[in-house]
Amino acid sequence: MTFEEIRSRAVAEWKALEHSDKPRILIGAATCGRAAGAGVVIEAIEAELAQRNIEAVIIQVGCIGLCYAEPVVDIIKPGRPRTCYGNVTPEIAVELINDYLLKDNPRPDLALGTVGEGSIDGIPRLFDHPMLKPQVRIVLRNCGSIDPENINHYIANGGYSGLIKALSMKPGDVIEEVKKSGLRGRGGAGFPTGRKWEFCRNAPGKERYLICNADEGDPGAFMNRSLLEGDPHAVLEGMLIGAYAMGATQGYIYCRAEYPLALKRLNLALKQMEEYGLLGDNIMGSDFSFRIKIQEGAGAFVCGEETAMMASIEGRRGMPRSRPPFPAQSGLWGQPTNINNVETWGQVSAILQRGVEWFAGYGTQGSKGTKTFALAGKVNRTGLIEVPMGITLREIVYDVGGGIPGDKRFKAIQTGGPSGGVLPASLLDLPVDYESLTQAGAIMGSGGMIVTDEDTCIVDIARYFLSFTQAESCGKCVPCRLGTKQMLDILEDICNGRGKMEALDLLGGLAEDVRAGSLCALGGTAPNPVLTSLRYFRDEYEAHIKERRCPALVCQPLVSYYILPEKCEGCGICLRACPPEAIKGGKRMVHVIDQSKCIKCNVCLEVCPTRFSAVVKVSGVEIPVPEEPIPVIAESRGRD
Amino acid sequence: MTPILKSDILKNGRAVTEQLERILSRYKGERGDLIPLLQEVQTRFGYLPEEAMQGVAKFLRLSESIVYGVSTFYAQFKFTPTGKHTIKVCRGTACHVRGVTRILEEVEKQLGIKPGGTTPDLEYSLESIACFGSCALSPVMVVDETVYGRMTHEKVREILKR
Ligand SMILES: Cc1cc2nc3c(=O)[nH]c(=O)nc-3n(C[C@H](O)[C@H](O)[C@H](O)COP(=O)(O)O)c2cc1C
Ligand code: FES
Repeated sequence: MTFEEIRSRAVAEWKALEHSDKPRILIGAATCGRAAGAGVVIEAIEAELAQRNIEAVIIQVGCIGLCYAEPVVDIIKPGRPRTCYGNVTPEIAVELINDYLLKDNPRPDLALGTVGEGSIDGIPRLFDHPMLKPQVRIVLRNCGSIDPENINHYIANGGYSGLIKALSMKPGDVIEEVKKSGLRGRGGAGFPTGRKWEFCRNAPGKERYLICNADEGDPGAFMNRSLLEGDPHAVLEGMLIGAYAMGATQGYIYCRAEYPLALKRLNLALKQMEEYGLLGDNIMGSDFSFRIKIQEGAGAFVCGEETAMMASIEGRRGMPRSRPPFPAQSGLWGQPTNINNVETWGQVSAILQRGVEWFAGYGTQGSKGTKTFALAGKVNRTGLIEVPMGITLREIVYDVGGGIPGDKRFKAIQTGGPSGGVLPASLLDLPVDYESLTQAGAIMGSGGMIVTDEDTCIVDIARYFLSFTQAESCGKCVPCRLGTKQMLDILEDICNGRGKMEALDLLGGLAEDVRAGSLCALGGTAPNPVLTSLRYFRDEYEAHIKERRCPALVCQPLVSYYILPEKCEGCGICLRACPPEAIKGGKRMVHVIDQSKCIKCNVCLEVCPTRFSAVVKVSGVEIPVPEEPIPVIAESRGRD
Repeated sequence: MTPILKSDILKNGRAVTEQLERILSRYKGERGDLIPLLQEVQTRFGYLPEEAMQGVAKFLRLSESIVYGVSTFYAQFKFTPTGKHTIKVCRGTACHVRGVTRILEEVEKQLGIKPGGTTPDLEYSLESIACFGSCALSPVMVVDETVYGRMTHEKVREILKR
């Protein structure tokens, strides 16, 4: 089949679906949707449809990014626009079928918005939703709209036209296009993609290899997973374009084993490509041949680093080596190799499909296009977002993310995971581009973005990241292996109330040394969370050391629990719940916590009835309470 | 595929070699096959039995120490039998910020084991994992293949009851 034939068949299938006289129900069933309960919603919908004798098409789609509103269900009734509903439970699903499909009440009270032409009274347009309005969908163009397991859906929406365009060009011209687009690597370091391709193409070698980095090791990041689950062909098309441009014959996708659904969809996608002649020998009748193999990661963060990843693919311990030679000169099995992140490949296919000018129209001078972020932590609307480069952190946290839950105070935003930094409120107006973030001491990273509020301890966060990098250090070079351990020891001391002021300078010095002396970027960037937190939140470190106080009440050894005598009514609930039996009391007696026995498990605070609210958690202060139970002072507030 | 239990293997000393032969027959025997092979062995047996690692080394013409060195480098590989069900608790950033430590403590309390451990009846293994990529639903816990989001204490107890 020629591509034209494939395309017209795909378009016909898509059109038939769009103009079908049956209602269509799209359910976000990526890993996140499933975790939120999409599975039971699907079952409920199927059962209700069967019971009511309604014929409908159910399509499991990827994630549209509104993770906070998962499970998300879209209903398209013939002649009506697609309507998106959030936080759908099995009960709500049944209501929607009865009210909307049977009785034509689209339930504006439950709807998030409509997509596409036409409108419904009382329901706003989905892309006017505050979370979506600032977003631009380039790499996530199809996520949530198409069936990721059906290649025809991808093709009908412009898919593989970028490859066909590339095949009609000279390989060198394809590289020129990518260079002109200004695309930079989305895996963290932001190296210009076109230039990297050129190095690889020009390096002498028998064979050329290409790797898609789907290791996504940053804890707190899930952009690549979402893309692979929601639109795998967007990534695969990018790989084909790159292979053609660089003259590569074999590609690898190194995907972490923790992503079973992504792996399943990739395998399926490869099979479909082979059936259509989009993979294998003489792709689409050209003399370009290319194969792709999937390699599952085996649980080592360092394998996200390019030289370690290549060692792992070769069947060795995944330890990085020093560069040069760069992979473009000597990579897999000594041959020129190019490695790009999942999202970079996804951007490449969009650039070839829609053109360089269109792509470069988004973003800033030095950072073109869009970037996806996994917005999580203490923010109202968590989710997967794609925003134009240059947007400010404030817009991300407050417009897209809807601010901090429970009217808490914003404290810091963490970008770039364990290699990145924590940025304070004073930097909220920083534009998100490679240079600005690096200057502030953080990095763009692969897209993890964790929002923290006043209840988050910055020293604890630094300790957390360092414990991660320290455990993941491969041990090959001394600065990283020993330096991260020493830094972690100092941070542990501070969190445990044993910190000394001198150690703070030592910590800063060590951080600089580890950064400068490490073999690979794991050690090279591991100090970033420490350096940025020391720079922006030194007062929190000092509170821990000088006052033995954790301002956020997180570091357990520095907090204590007290029962306020003027509030306790001696109900005995905390006494019975206390695991180490550290509470003394009696009927109508004010209860007392034996501080030497308290394990700070928080149980008493949780169980104390809110009408009493007699338990307090404090740090750095002592609250005067009686040593032994005394008769209740408070006036009875009764039972509720 | 249900993993074979250690007791089954011991009952039938040939089980490992027979199973291994079947796995090996699908590979060419290239160096790059090592990790995928070990992964398949582990899926089959639930861990890497010593005999299987020796068999893999012979098949790939590698020394046993190399196979051991590679397998111990990666966190995924286990050298002792694991439980029938695996409970994984996320220690990722998003989950950390949203209090997964207390969830893990609850699971530890319920099962009486620490991460990396297995209950004596070989029913449950507990692991802590860097991040499941479901951070928006943190804190996250995974039982076998099922992902549970927005975990609370109560949900831990409820899920483990089943
Ligand atoms: C410790 C470490 C972990 C990394 N993890 C990843 C990862 O999970 N995904 C990724 O794309 N790049 C990761 N990188 C960056 C890669 O080495 C490499 O720069 C990137 O894949 C290049 O692709 P890009 O140019 O498209 O960004 C990591 C680097 C280091 C040092
Ligand atoms: S941090 Fe727990 S799923 Fe990502």
